Amino acid sequence: MAVCAAIVGKDNSPKFFCCINPDEELTFQYKVLSSLDIIEEKLNPASKSASEMRELYLGQLYSLETCKIYGYVTNTKIKFIIVVDSTNMALRDNEIRSMFRKIHSEYADMVSNPFYIPGEPITSKSFDSSIKNIITGTV
Amino acid sequence: MADDILFDLLHSEIINYTLRNVDDNEKDKNSDKKDEDLSNLEYIGFSTGYRIIERLTREMPRFKDELDTLKFICTDFWSAIYKKQIDNLRTNHQGVYVLQDNAFRFLNRLSNGKQYLEVAPRYVAFTCGIIRGSLANLNVHCLVTADIQSLPSCKFHIQVQRV
Repeated sequence: MAVCAAIVGKDNSPKFFCCINPDEELTFQYKVLSSLDIIEEKLNPASKSASEMRELYLGQLYSLETCKIYGYVTNTKIKFIIVVDSTNMALRDNEIRSMFRKIHSEYADMVSNPFYIPGEPITSKSFDSSIKNIITGTV
Repeated sequence: MADDILFDLLHSEIINYTLRNVDDNEKDKNSDKKDEDLSNLEYIGFSTGYRIIERLTREMPRFKDELDTLKFICTDFWSAIYKKQIDNLRTNHQGVYVLQDNAFRFLNRLSNGKQYLEVAPRYVAFTCGIIRGSLANLNVHCLVTADIQSLPSCKFHIQVQRV
């Protein structure tokens, strides 16, 4: 179970943020936004790793004392970021990957919604609750 | 099979609807236009393409470069929408791509002679928009124009705009 998930747009502006514990939201926002630099680096076509790695899932971006941060970038350059508590050893790479895939298909449904204008922050309540379900592992 | 025809019918109704709306607006201004205003139709295509591409590229590996993206448009993307692939892709490697479809779905049911050649642009405007919208969401900003010389084949010219 992850503690936080975020969606960042192609221009690096936050689109959606969801946190299990509302008190920690600010510190997680800070961590998520600082990990964008690492995503940028991983996607840079000049670096060797980017040309070899063609998967959308980027793996672990970095780990801190308290948490680990994972990234995923779609073909349309939308970034998904998941924060996992460091004490949580049960969560494997494959589970993170499948979490991201579920978020991606949720997002694709969101973009197909005619009431959502692409590029705007996501305010849909049902989207929020389904993302919460995905990161807490209740689906 | 019934699903396929639904899309064709919806598409031709969208064309009728947008053109009728344009006609009504034009009457007020009393202007005599030569070219039909297809920009609304193109815009409907643009937003469709912009949204659908998120779903279509979900299972795809990351694209290496622009040509890779265009190849995706010619194969997977075209099969998803038109149930066939583009017949010919040409490029000058400097940002101009020409996609040729020898039996374009929306023109396939028009008779082959010259009779309907002048209304044919209506049937490709939506597709130009779809291509432009999808590529815009994949960070390839471009101009898309269509060129119909003999029905039912159609060429789409994509000109990538470099900043």
